[in-house]
Amino acid sequence: MVAAIDTGDTAWMLAATALVLLMTPALGLFYAGLVRSKNTLNTFMMCVAAIAIAAVTWALVGYSLAFDGEGALIGGLGHFALDGVGFDPRGEGTIPHLLFMAFQGTFCIITVALISGAVVERMRFGAFMVFAALWSVLVYAVLAHWAFGGGWLAEQGTLDFAGGVPVEMGSGFSALAAALVVGARKDYGRQALLPHNAMYVLLGAGLLWFGWFGFNGGSGLGVGQNSILAFVNTLLTPACALITWFVLDLIRGRKVTAIGAATAIIVGCVLITPAGGFVSPGWAMVLGFVGALPCYAMIMWRPRTRVDETLDVLAAHGLAGFTGILFIGLVAQVGWNGGLADGLFYGDAGQLWSQAVAAIVTPAYAFVMTFLLLKFVGAVMPLRATERDEAVGMDVVQHGEEAYATGEGAILVLPEDGGRVPVADPG
Amino acid sequence: MKLVIGIVRPEKANDVLEALYRAEVRGFSLSRVQGHGGELDRVETYRGTTVQMGLSEKIRFEVAVSDSYVQTTVDALCEGARTGDVGDGKIFVLPLEQAVRIRTSETDQSAVTPVVK
Repeated sequence: MVAAIDTGDTAWMLAATALVLLMTPALGLFYAGLVRSKNTLNTFMMCVAAIAIAAVTWALVGYSLAFDGEGALIGGLGHFALDGVGFDPRGEGTIPHLLFMAFQGTFCIITVALISGAVVERMRFGAFMVFAALWSVLVYAVLAHWAFGGGWLAEQGTLDFAGGVPVEMGSGFSALAAALVVGARKDYGRQALLPHNAMYVLLGAGLLWFGWFGFNGGSGLGVGQNSILAFVNTLLTPACALITWFVLDLIRGRKVTAIGAATAIIVGCVLITPAGGFVSPGWAMVLGFVGALPCYAMIMWRPRTRVDETLDVLAAHGLAGFTGILFIGLVAQVGWNGGLADGLFYGDAGQLWSQAVAAIVTPAYAFVMTFLLLKFVGAVMPLRATERDEAVGMDVVQHGEEAYATGEGAILVLPEDGGRVPVADPG
Repeated sequence: MKLVIGIVRPEKANDVLEALYRAEVRGFSLSRVQGHGGELDRVETYRGTTVQMGLSEKIRFEVAVSDSYVQTTVDALCEGARTGDVGDGKIFVLPLEQAVRIRTSETDQSAVTPVVK
């Protein structure tokens, strides 16, 4: 029997899908503020490119591999190019299959965009786009199948409400691999490389938080109790993470920092992503307060290493997702998650084990696959811009535009000249 | 006393700072300027509008030094700013009539690099 469409569920999921899509430009703003002004557009454009590429690969094969069939490791090709994805619900669902596909597609998009944070200011735009296309299919779709599509992680009992496995750990540990393969920026460790616009960072973080209500609140795929719980927890956990960040900033430097606050919002949202619909609001607040600690420590420590994982995707997403996934295994309560599972504190140690399996295997798969994938792309085309291009800035070199063009000294090139002008050698 | 003006690529500004520091040139100021030298113009396109950017961003260093420090300063500027391509910039050395350190009212030689202890 095919379940009936519920109009309330469908209405909310339409809105939630749009909210999640907004997160990717918001991430572009967040990332663009964190880089130097000469790389503003290129950084934002990597997020725009993620929308273009992941939406297409998702519709063509990604969705099918993630959500067609019950294979343990990978789905089938039955939904290739959205074949058979129509207006009837999928399985037990109450929303159109097509809408479900679009909602999940926006997750794939933001995840691809997240990885760009590890390679900004130096990776060639073309190489990133090729990588994004391959990654969205070979890594994201596989992890999404494991966690959401009936794959082996879900079968062995791993709970992941809104994407701790494919989105957060998937992007975080892939980012580490990407930073290692692409290599550090030429000035890394030699010069202070500072965020050029803290306002963009705050604005982006605010918009990300807003979109995250659709991300977590929509992952119940309707307006059921788990969606309400996840929605409310998305308010509470980041607020608590912010307070922890304020206190740590005060202890460390006697000042509460704005970019720290923006980072805390992201960390809080990520922490609650896997756990949103499974843990009580009280525990969600504990997760915010406590879960922010390891992420803060890592963000302080990472720049002292030689790994130029530029925008700390591993700390803010990988580590926070890891923490959130494990936290479910401790504090899940059947009273709050509709009889699904209890955690260790409520008598079921087995759930913690199921969570631990996901927390070990996901990082390993994401890291290894991304490493191999980038080695492959790197063998076909150069991954990095030249040192000279890096010095001039990726905006002018890769896009022929500037984020903050003044127009002074700009001479209009008229078509009647045949558009012929002496072109500066960019290389 | 001379005033040494060095106009360099923005992306080499940090290298120049480092070179000046190594040469123990302690006092200078810098500003962002736009200019045009012999370099080819960049072409940028914004929607349908294609423009030729006739002015390039540069950083202008101004260093006031005693005569004995002129060559050191010029060498440091060259070393830090050179890439070998057109557009590396220029250095101008001008005579300097007077220099005053505001804090102490010291003048001339005692007010410019080298800092006398």
